[in-house]
Parts: sequence; structure tokens; C-alpha cells
Amino acid sequence: MNATEDMNATQDPQPHDDAPLVELAGVSKFYGNIRALEDISLRVHPGEITCVLGDNGAGKSTLIKIISGLHQHDGGTFSIQGEETRLASPREALDRGIATVYQDLAVVPLMPVWRNFFLGSEPTVGRGPLRRLDVQRMRRTTHSELLRMGIDLRDVDQPIGTLSGGERQSVAIARAVHFGAKVLVLDEPTAALGVKQSGVVLKYVAAARDAGLGVVLITHNPHHAYLVGDRFVLLKRGAMAGAYEKDELELEELVRQMAGGSELEELSHELRR
Amino acid sequence: MTVTTQPGGPDGSTEPANSSPRPPTSDERLVHRSLPVRLLRRPELGAVVGAVALFIFFALVADSFLRPSSLSTVLYFSSTLGIMAVPVALLMIGGEFDLSTGVMVTSSALASSMFSYQMTANTWVGVGVSLLVTLAIGFFNGFMLTRTKLPSFIITLGTFLMLTGLNLGLTKLISGTVTTKSISDMEGFDSAKAVFASTLTIGSVNLQITIVWWLALVAVATWILLRTNVGNWIFAVGGGVEAARAVGVPVARTKIGLYLGVAFAAWVSGQHLLFNYDTVQSGEGVGNELIYIAAAVIGGCLLTGGYGSAVGAAVGALIFGMANKGIIYAQWDPDWFKFFLGAMLLLATLLNAWIRKRAEATR
Repeated sequence: MNATEDMNATQDPQPHDDAPLVELAGVSKFYGNIRALEDISLRVHPGEITCVLGDNGAGKSTLIKIISGLHQHDGGTFSIQGEETRLASPREALDRGIATVYQDLAVVPLMPVWRNFFLGSEPTVGRGPLRRLDVQRMRRTTHSELLRMGIDLRDVDQPIGTLSGGERQSVAIARAVHFGAKVLVLDEPTAALGVKQSGVVLKYVAAARDAGLGVVLITHNPHHAYLVGDRFVLLKRGAMAGAYEKDELELEELVRQMAGGSELEELSHELRR
Repeated sequence: MTVTTQPGGPDGSTEPANSSPRPPTSDERLVHRSLPVRLLRRPELGAVVGAVALFIFFALVADSFLRPSSLSTVLYFSSTLGIMAVPVALLMIGGEFDLSTGVMVTSSALASSMFSYQMTANTWVGVGVSLLVTLAIGFFNGFMLTRTKLPSFIITLGTFLMLTGLNLGLTKLISGTVTTKSISDMEGFDSAKAVFASTLTIGSVNLQITIVWWLALVAVATWILLRTNVGNWIFAVGGGVEAARAVGVPVARTKIGLYLGVAFAAWVSGQHLLFNYDTVQSGEGVGNELIYIAAAVIGGCLLTGGYGSAVGAAVGALIFGMANKGIIYAQWDPDWFKFFLGAMLLLATLLNAWIRKRAEATR
């Protein structure tokens, strides 16, 4: 929202009502003696999109794994709604309202859309040996929830693999929204997609934001990030290379930073004929 | 909250005709999905078509094929395969193999027979011990798989070889021969035989009770697969284990449960073997595991997991039964049976690959 508040509040320890949904302060992660992340700080507010940008090997996936409960951080603090925490598993992260949508493994391609939508959280009716899936409700809810996100699906019975890559990502996002996620972590949602499909996915990312979720968007595409992002964290070789609010930053500057800035100039020298 | 999809927006009451057309349109498209398309999506379609074709074929070429006694023989043979093929199919949908099923059936029968004989216990005690032993073997398979993360092919190949050796070695050690002693005069034999190996007479037709076990297993497996959350998990761990794990599906428990299901069916088969023939040959069962897998594959299960059905596996077993007995009723050389099955399996796999391509095709 405003830059000054952010600057002053980074070291503010006490929890309060408008505490960020997720806050990392000085988080580090080591694999043996290899530094994967060092002194990373970022905050996720409801209704805002925090973009994490970085080249391959910058530590983006390590950062996701910490937020989504796959790995634990070694240093610094990780707070959820002002409460310092350490997540033991993806299940715990889900229970705390953090849903992660991975690039390639968001859905099970051969399963119908509605089965994918409710996978892992299936509603049932009846009791004892007659406890069964509430199939009607699952079908109906899938259709209406997707429609609410702006995805008009012809047939929720079709295998989700028949949807385009962008649509599959969008279903995964709609699923996270439906199951009450407060924080949505998106791992390179547009990486494998064309221009049009990327636009579709970004639209749903914005829809999730408008639904009041805090979004962490991991990407190496500054153009996509700048379109939807409210704040930007740049990673480089496991360390923070910069943190900006949207109004502090021009797209050109973000692109330059992402392209490697001086490195790119060097490269252009090398490539000059 | 909502995205800009409905121009009618909040004041839909003034323009109901304008804001409502969208959902009805999509529903309409749903209704118009044609019957052939829906059928094409069923994994067991290929097997059902094959079974009908095979039935008509043998009805034409073999005069005795349509006799009730012949049909009941076909059903009996199919049921002995089908009892195993159904849980094997579930396991394959869950993305795993079990090569130890054939000899596990024998192990189960041996455990039951030898425990009852050596302890001079009621045969039902042996049956119970056998259930525990067989479930333990299944648990071992599942536990090793989820712990070591080795391919199930290797792990169950190991179990297969170990069980083959144990079956022969222990039987020789305990009974002195490769065959178990007769337990037909022991207490509880008759009631156990009634449950596992009796014949029901309906009208003039004699039906083996294994057919009932078979149908019951198909019904239970279909229910689990299509109407419970566990079924959803089975499809998911076979079709995309990482995606399943990411949304909180208990992957290890699901897989171990599938191996326990296979073990349970092996126990039923083993008890049938024992109470039908009263003695058990300890070297039996080798090679049957591939027949069960073949039946599941003919029934539409993908080798790579995530797709298939219990009904399909049952129909696959029926195809085996019809081919095996039909060739005899047609008075052909039974040597052709295996060739025929191999061709059937290839055809079925080609069909499955084609279906999968359609199902996974990305626009």
C-alpha cells in the first residue's frame, strides 16, 4: 500500500490485527554448507500480490518450500498472522491457510475435473460403511466455483488433462480459493504458457487477490509480475537483491534488474561483433 | 469477489433474461453429451466389446458352449482368476504392481492347512492364522514400497522369489513332502468348505461359490473406487503422486491399503484352493500373477496407473475364462490358448494407449 509504513515495520515484532498474513524476516536456509537462502524478508498482506523474482538458482523454489511447509528455515523468523511458526508438513501449511500451486504437479491429468477439485478434501455423506462421496455436490460446486472464477467449463466430467495448461493452473487456483486459503503461493504459474494463456492465468491470480487472498507469485518474468504485483522481492544467488513497492518501481527498472543489469551490459559487449 | 463474468450483475431481478443465460447454456451442453462419447470414456469398454464378441464367436463354433453346465464351468474358471484380478486392478490403478500374487495364494493355502494339521486345531483357526499371515505379506510389500521408494516391480519380484522358496522349503520341512496332508477329516472342515468351496444349485445349474465371492469383490471394489474418498486417492496416487501429496492425500497409507486388499483376495483364493482340493501342492501358483495382471490390463487398466476399473478387470477375467474353456468346447488343441491370450493382451493394450492419448490430449 504505502512504502514508508513497510520500511518502518520490517523489524516490528509484536503481533497486531493488521499483521501480515505471512511474514518472513531475515530467513536463511542451508543445505549442508551450501547457502540456499540468506536473510530474506518479505510480507504478504490480504488482497495484495507479492512477487518474488529471480533467475534460475536464485533460491525461489527453496523459498516456496519453506512457505509451503516442505522444508524448514534455519535462521530468521517465519510468522503467520503475526505468530511465529515453523511448519512441519504441507498438510499443516494447508490447515493454516497456505495453499501452494506448483507449476507441473498441480493436478492429476487423467482424473475428471470435479475429482481433482476436491482431491484430498472430499465431502462425504452417510455414515459407517455407507459413507460415500457427495458426488452431486462435488460436481455442482466445481462447476459453480469455476464459474465464479470466470472459468466456464463445458463438462466437469472431462479428464483435467484435456484442459489447456492455463486452465489447469486456474482450476488449481480456484480450488485453493474454495478451500478457504488465506495465502496462495504460485510457483511459476505462467512459465510454460503462451502469451494468451499467461493472460488467462494472471486474470485468475487477480481474481484470487480480489477475493481477499494474499498471493505470493514466484516468477522469472518481470512483465507478468509488474502487471499484477503490489510489491516485489528480487532474489539473486540466495540473497535479496532488492525489495520494492509498485509505486517505487518502473517496469523498465524491474526488467533491467531481472535481466541481470550490469551482467547484461557485459554480455552485450561480449556478443558485439 | 466475483470476476466480470455476468454483465447483469447485482440487479439481476430487472434483467433476468440477460443475466441468466450462461449457466443454462452450459447445462444444455452437458445434457447433449452423446451416449457413445460417455461410453467411450469408460475404461472397460474395450473389454466388454471383446467379451461379447468372444461369447458370440464361441456360441457359433462350439455347440456345447451354450449349455448351462458349460457356462457355469466358464464362470467358475473366470471367478478363480477374477477374485485376484479385481484387487490387482485396484493396485494397478494406484500405480503399482504385485508379482507375488500367484504364489501368495499358495502361501495362504499352505499356512492354513499346515497350521490346522500340525496344531490339530479347528480348521477355522488355520483359516484365521492364514488371514493374518497373508495380510502380513501384503503389508510387507506395501511397507517396503513406501519406505524404500524402490519400484514395486523389484520389491514384489523379491517377495515372489522368497515366497516361492518358502512355500517349497517350509512345506518339505514340516510335512516331509511337497504336498500338504489331507485335512478333510478335521473339525470345521465342512463349514469352511461351505464358505470357500461349495456349490450352489439354482434350478438345474450348479454354481461354485467362488462366483459369489467374485461378484461381491467386484461390487465392493467398484463402490470403493467410484464412491468413496479412498477411491479418489487410489486414482490420484496412480495418476499423479506428487500432485496427490501436495493436496494432502495420505499416499503411503493408500498404497499399503491396496496391498492389503490384494492379500485379502489371495487369502480367499488360497482358502478356496485348500477346501476344494483338500491338499495343497506347494509349487503351485507360479505364473498366475501375470495372468491377473493381464486380465486387469485387458479390462482397461493402464500399466502406468491412474486409470482403470474393477468391472473391467472382472470382464478381463471372464474373457480368459471363455477363451480357456471355449477352446476346449470347440474341440481345438488347447495349445492355442496362450497364443490367443497374448494377441488379446496386445490388442487391449493398444486400445488403452489410444484411449489414454485421447484422454490426455491437450488442446
